[in-house]
Amino acid sequence: MLIINNLKASINNKEILKGINLTVKAGEVHAIMGPNGSGKSTLASVLTGREYAQVTSGKVSFLGDDLLEMIPEDRARKGIFLSFQYPIEIPGVSMVNFMKTALNEHRKYNGLAPLSASDFLKVMRDKKSLVEIDSNLTNRAVNEGFSGGEKKKNEIFQMALLEPKLAILDETDSGLDIDALRIVANGVTKLKTSENATIVITHYQRLLDYIVPDFVHVLMDGRIVKSGTKELAYELEEKGYDWIKKEVYSEEKI
Amino acid sequence: MCDTTNIYTTLYNNNKDIFAASDPEFITKLRSDAMKFISENGFPAKKDEQYKYSFLEPHFGNGYKRYLAPKAIEFDVSHLFRCDVPALDTHVIILVNGFYFDKVNTLRTHENGIVIGSLNEAIKKYPALIEKYLAKSYSNTDSYVAINTAFASDGVFLYVPKNQQLEKPIQIINVLLSDEELMVQHRNLFILEPNSSAKVVVCDHTLSPVKFLTNSVNEIFAGENAHFDYFKVQNEHNDSVHVSHSFINQDTASNCRSTTITLHGGVVRNNLSVKFNGEGCENHAFGLFVSDQNQHVDNNLFIDHAKPNCTSNQQFKAILDDASTGAFTGRILVERDAQKTAAYQRNSSILLTDEARMNSKPQLEIYADDVKCSHGATVGQLDEEALFYLRSRGISEREARLMLMYAFAFEILNEIKIEPLKDRMSELIEKRLRGELSRCNNCAMHCS
Repeated sequence: MLIINNLKASINNKEILKGINLTVKAGEVHAIMGPNGSGKSTLASVLTGREYAQVTSGKVSFLGDDLLEMIPEDRARKGIFLSFQYPIEIPGVSMVNFMKTALNEHRKYNGLAPLSASDFLKVMRDKKSLVEIDSNLTNRAVNEGFSGGEKKKNEIFQMALLEPKLAILDETDSGLDIDALRIVANGVTKLKTSENATIVITHYQRLLDYIVPDFVHVLMDGRIVKSGTKELAYELEEKGYDWIKKEVYSEEKI
Repeated sequence: MCDTTNIYTTLYNNNKDIFAASDPEFITKLRSDAMKFISENGFPAKKDEQYKYSFLEPHFGNGYKRYLAPKAIEFDVSHLFRCDVPALDTHVIILVNGFYFDKVNTLRTHENGIVIGSLNEAIKKYPALIEKYLAKSYSNTDSYVAINTAFASDGVFLYVPKNQQLEKPIQIINVLLSDEELMVQHRNLFILEPNSSAKVVVCDHTLSPVKFLTNSVNEIFAGENAHFDYFKVQNEHNDSVHVSHSFINQDTASNCRSTTITLHGGVVRNNLSVKFNGEGCENHAFGLFVSDQNQHVDNNLFIDHAKPNCTSNQQFKAILDDASTGAFTGRILVERDAQKTAAYQRNSSILLTDEARMNSKPQLEIYADDVKCSHGATVGQLDEEALFYLRSRGISEREARLMLMYAFAFEILNEIKIEPLKDRMSELIEKRLRGELSRCNNCAMHCS
């Protein structure tokens, strides 16, 4: 589904991603872990087409298309979804109008007729129960006055509506208490099928208790320095990142 | 004396006998005092602080045709113009080029004593009442107001007696229709006695593709505990120049709201002046304009907190595209005795291009020491983070921009308390932002 090949990217001429290689297949859950400043969020930005990160070399193919050539809205319509680390508040834009417009743009892209207002409301109702989101929230402006937990729930609610092929969850666990974390993680798990894939970007192993990854990658200084299964996450939790740093460092020395 | 002053002095001298023949004496006096002010002061210079963002004199001196009495015009109201706002039930009044159009019902007195009609007729019928109010809401300090006082001969008159409520809003449709370049000056007078209420909706439309210059004056007197809601929508073509002055005088515990929405216009300058003559008054002023090409819109406010315990609130917003320019001046004066004043003001603008320009000037003058005042002005672009958020959900950049602009405008639209009008304005603003013609559905003029 997603093939990242030697991807390098800079922000303000400073190289942040220094050659990422990663392949994600349908049905898989990949976790990307790493210390602060390792390039995790930059990777999410590059994949979704945020302009502040400049791709300097490398290729990313998504479902056979050259992802880096696509504008952000086409990436979304093609099936990429980013759950933001810090979801934006947009006063004056109602959740209903926002999601209806988004969903119908997806449908148009895929050659489907737009949903009527009543059909849309029905879909919305179904998905709301999935993420246990309060009805009041969806009647308000986008994220306006939402708590941290509500914002993250709202991200997963949007994901449920748009049914992406590849969901990238950027630090979805940050700022969540344990109950909200469980709800959000359950939502993600319920949305998982053999047709879609998930990349979970996180600092901590905690979230991975709920969203169990098939693969765990450690990103450090712009490179994936170690990959493994979910056991790697436990090892990291126990030993910290220094342990890997030493290992990588000594390997480079040899 | 400059050329423009000369033009009006000559025009006045040539016509003053004609005016005097039909005007009561107090009107003759008002006209000659106004002319005296003009000949002594001329017109505001380019650097004049009050008019520095809108230099208007060239428009007033360019030789537009001026009529001091209505010119016979073939105008089929039912064919050319039906109401903009289908669900809005109003008393409709049409002014064609500033003159009362209905020649049959020029002045109607309703059962409860409410009078609605032509100002010209009202002056004849109720001279004592008019004399008490006309030109009493300001002192001669502005040449454009003085020009109107000297030459205006018609407009709308509304009188709501004590304890009476005007249930249906009055809708004044200003139609500009001419085959030659035309200057129009009308004058409206709204008198609300204690405990009365009224709503007035004003729509400005150009129906011919020639240049128009409008210079209008509105005077509003809200008696004790009276409620007045004034709504103005300006939708004129790009060759029009529109200068308006509204004076709101509020007595004790009265409550006035005004909303000015400028959809289209060439050069627009709106002056709003509010004075609290009693305690416990409230005034809310809202404004929104959307401009593009070389349009220019300038809102100039003056709120005079002359008495204690009054509240004023101004929210003005603008979206400027292409090389359009705008200005906002909001002067709040809190006089020495006006303790417990609460005054709020906010002006925010979005510039869509590098060429668009907005000048925002809040001015607070506070002479009392127990007051709550706040003001804020922002000029910026659309929020890039919000834009990306919308796009990351599959919404096209164009649509995302529209959503953000509409959301920005909505804060003002949401203040319109007449529901059908709010819906219609929301629709018009959305169309306007989409770049579709914002002409009103049943209007013959396809404003571009």
